[in-house]
This record gives sequence, structure tokens and C-alpha cells, in this order.
Amino acid sequence: MMKILLKNINKDGYKPDVQSYLKEHGYQALKKALETSPEKVIDEVKKSNLVGRGGAAFPTGLKWELARKASDSPKYVVCNADEGEPGTFKDRLILEKDPHLLIEAMTICGYTIGAETGFIYIRGEYPKAYKFLSEAVKDAERNNYLGKNVLRSTFSFKINLYRGAGAYVCGEETALLDSLEGKKGQSRVKPPFPTFAGYKDKPTVLNNVETFSNVPSIILNGGEWFSKIGSPLSPGTKMYCISGDVNKPGVYELPTNVTLRELIEKYGGGVHGKLKAVLPGGTSSNFLLAKDLDIEMDYPSVQKAGSMLGSGAVIVVNDKHCMVDVAKRCAEFFDYESCGKCSPCREGTKRTREILGNITRGDGELSDLELLKELQEVMYDTSRCGLGQAALNPIRSAIEKFTDEFKEHITQKKCPLGICPMEVT
Amino acid sequence: MPLQKCKEELEKTLKEHNFEKEALIPCLHAAQEKYGCLTEEVISFLAEGLKLPRVEVYSTASFYSMFTFEQTGEYVIRICESLPCYLNGSKQILDALSKELNIKTGQTTQDKKFTIESVSCLGLCDKAPAMMINDEIYGNLTPERVKEIILELKKRDVEI
Repeated sequence: MMKILLKNINKDGYKPDVQSYLKEHGYQALKKALETSPEKVIDEVKKSNLVGRGGAAFPTGLKWELARKASDSPKYVVCNADEGEPGTFKDRLILEKDPHLLIEAMTICGYTIGAETGFIYIRGEYPKAYKFLSEAVKDAERNNYLGKNVLRSTFSFKINLYRGAGAYVCGEETALLDSLEGKKGQSRVKPPFPTFAGYKDKPTVLNNVETFSNVPSIILNGGEWFSKIGSPLSPGTKMYCISGDVNKPGVYELPTNVTLRELIEKYGGGVHGKLKAVLPGGTSSNFLLAKDLDIEMDYPSVQKAGSMLGSGAVIVVNDKHCMVDVAKRCAEFFDYESCGKCSPCREGTKRTREILGNITRGDGELSDLELLKELQEVMYDTSRCGLGQAALNPIRSAIEKFTDEFKEHITQKKCPLGICPMEVT
Repeated sequence: MPLQKCKEELEKTLKEHNFEKEALIPCLHAAQEKYGCLTEEVISFLAEGLKLPRVEVYSTASFYSMFTFEQTGEYVIRICESLPCYLNGSKQILDALSKELNIKTGQTTQDKKFTIESVSCLGLCDKAPAMMINDEIYGNLTPERVKEIILELKKRDVEI
């Protein structure tokens, strides 16, 4: 099976050091890029049709081109390694096991857009990734893959590492930039987009770890090669994270035309129990049902099915779980992680948690369900960033797809599975 | 708590960042690693070094859940409460831990050995339910395994 991101990691005895990376054609793409023009690199990335793997699916080549053409300077390259969406654990693999892949990709990006400084924002919960990356950056500097006059060219590039401190919202690009600048990680109003006004209001390319890591293979094999892998709608491979009630949870790199059914049944080892619902893109996505399993796992197809691929975090829920209880857990998460900057998200996540809490205690009303749907619409339309806009996705879809279960909690004050406390009688 | 101990390191970090604001979070990490929490002294020192109002330093530090102003234990246990861990019984893990240590989430044992914190997601969803103790990862937990782990840590200290 085609591997682009895990091609090295999957090899026996592969170590996260520069020697191991060089043995696997490491830094050859950087060499090739430096021998061609930045325009040619952008051309290949555009031809590949690679889109951002952090969730927003923005065309990577276009982003790089816009940053290159932006007139302001200096420019920056920032890697979002603040992988925080529950159910996502793919970037950790690259950060801990193949850090040079990311370093090479970011250096290529720096050369392409005309930046001399890069940052990797690593989530605070990944101390090992920080340690391995620190060593890798030093190693790359010693070997002239980073630093002054990279590979004896006129191009110089430096990568600084930065540790987050436990705020989910910093995975949102503008909140990440504010955090990088030493502030509270609260989102900015867009536009302007980071491509034009990012780090310190300068043109900045901000990509996810996985997005960057595709680039060396694209440079070596050509954009056209990449564009033919997987689904033509969003080509390439994707690192899918399968968790929840499956027999073999893990990260599986597969072409984007793999179906959700194959992912769960063939790779995830099947459902532990009977499938009730599945989140295809982490806790910010809408629940899908058993009838939806034949969709291909590319960005447009998942969206067409009424959800989103997001970071590719497939969370499987079996029939032993109460959907009201699951919805409440999602609501608690977003209430805790809302940064508090804009009122729709700050208040909306809090009220949602309260309302769902009431329903699980037998103190809900039927009108609550309508209220939550309305709240989802308001938050989707008016929240400042993706956190608030998507926070009620799992909740609203749970209500719509498991209406009877919610109603039973409210009218009969009964949790069919006996999970919710139902203290009020 | 004497600031003297980490002053050198903080000064070095400030200098590395040209005394610009982006030094703040790396400095807060450094101070917390040294002492297990942030102190008034550290906040004042950084405010002065970065020419920021103290309230701004405090407000930034308190925004991030990994920074704390209360002394934590020698072992900080972070229990993952994400949906994948929740589906796999993280609540039972937390209950077992609370019972074993006789403290609730956010509290520290009287002997200052253990602190329990809950976190939104540790990115260990394939090892759910999971937790971290300081920088170490513990996955596929059961209430029994949690008891063993705590016992091992208590024993380790006695032997030292």
C-alpha cells in the first residue's frame, strides 16, 4: 500500500536521526528544490492538488503562492503541531519518529515563499515530540540542512521550537499566532488571513504537520504523481486516526478513496460491539450512521454526507453508549476549551452544557431540543473562529439522528441504557 | 520560594528572545518546571523584564491550563477526558485514582506527592483510556492497573 508520510516510520529499525533519514533519500527534495526556482516548486505543489490536512482543506500550493506574492517582509513559515482535536494522534507520529521529514518540508517552504524563519508550535502535552524535534533541529543545523547558506546556497533558514501550554483553541491558526507572540491564545478576526498578515502581522504560511510532510515526496516525484493517488476530489494519502469502540485503534495512512467502512472494518479491526454512530472528523464533526459507511474518506465526499473529515479522527461509538451522555461529554469539552473572546461561543458552549446536563438529570424539556438547534445556528453564523462555529455539530447531529433517545430522557425521565444519572423524579 | 534559583535561566530565555513578548510562554514553562508552579515573584520578574504590566503576565499565564499558581505534587497525573478515552472508561480510571489517593481532580495529596489534573485530550486515543504522569505515558488503563502504578510510585520514593 502506498505510503508517503509513514514510508520511513514503518521501516524496521528506523530512528528519528539524520543518518536514518538520509538513507531514505532524506533532504534530496530540498536539494532538488534549491536547484530550481521557487515558482517551479509552487507549480508542483499546485499540480499535486494537496489540500491542508489540519481540517480546513485549503489548497496548499495556492497558500504558498499567495505568501510568495505578498509584498510585505519578513515572511514566516509556521507549523501547526498543536494537535488537539480529540481523537487525533497522527502528527505525534511524525514529530516523534520522523522529525527530519517536517524540517525538510518547512525549509522547502521557506525557500519557496522567501522566508528565513520558521516556527513549530508543539502542543504542551507532547514533551517527547519537543525533545526529539530539538535534537533533530540541532542535527540539521550541524549538517547544513538548516542555518546559514543551506547546502551552500544563498538561502538561510532557521527553525524555532515553541511549546503550547494546554489550550485547544491554539490549534486554530490565528489563536496559535497570538500564542506564538506571547499572548493569550485567542482567535483574530479574519480577514486578513495569516498568508497576508500572520506572525507579527507579516505574511505567514501556516500549515499542519501532515500537510507539510507531503511536500518532499511531491517535489521528488512530481505534483502529477501525487494528484493521481486516492480520490481525485482531494488526492493523496491521509493519516486516519481510528479510536473509540474499535478492536484495533491506531493511525492508518491510506489513499483518500478508502471508504469509512474499510477503515473501520478492515483496518480498525471492526467495531467492538454494534456500531451506533461515528464521528469521521473528531468531536467538531457531525455524527454519521451505519448507513453512511460506504462514503469515500476525502474532504468533499464526507461533507456531502453531512459531516466533515476535519483532521481525520474517526471516533466509533457502539450501542452500549447513550447518545445524550456522549453529546454531554462533547459539550463539556467545548465549554472548557472556549477561549472566551466572543460571546456566542463563550455563552453558547456554557448554556449547551447546562441544558444537556439538565436532560441527563431528568430535568429537561422538549423545547430544549429546538433551543439547541437554534443555538447551533447562531453559533455557526456568529462565532469568531472554527471552535465556536463547529462546537455544536456533534450535539445537533446527535439530537437529529437519535431524537427518540433524547425525547425518552425528557418525557419519561429515563435513560434507556441506565447511564445518565436521572436524579430528578 | 527563592527566585534566585531560576533567575539565571529566565534571564537567558529573555535574552534569547531579545526581551520581546514572545519570551513569556517559554519563561513560564521554565519557571513552572523548576518549581511545579508559578509564583508572584516570577510574575513580577517577567513583567519587569518584558516591560509589561503584571496583570498582563498574570492574565496570559492563567489562560493556559498547564500553568498553575498552586504548588503541585512531585507527580502530576493528567487524566485524559477526551471522547475516545471516555468511551473506554476514563471515568472509572479517575474514580479509581481519586479513591486510591483520596483526592479529587485539581487537588494535591497532603504529602505533596501526587496531583490529579484532568485534560481535554492527550493524543493517546489508540491507548485509551490514558494518562500521563509527569512526562511518562500510561495507556490501556484499568482501575486495577492504576492502583498498581500508584503503589509502584509510592514504593519508588521509599527506596530512594
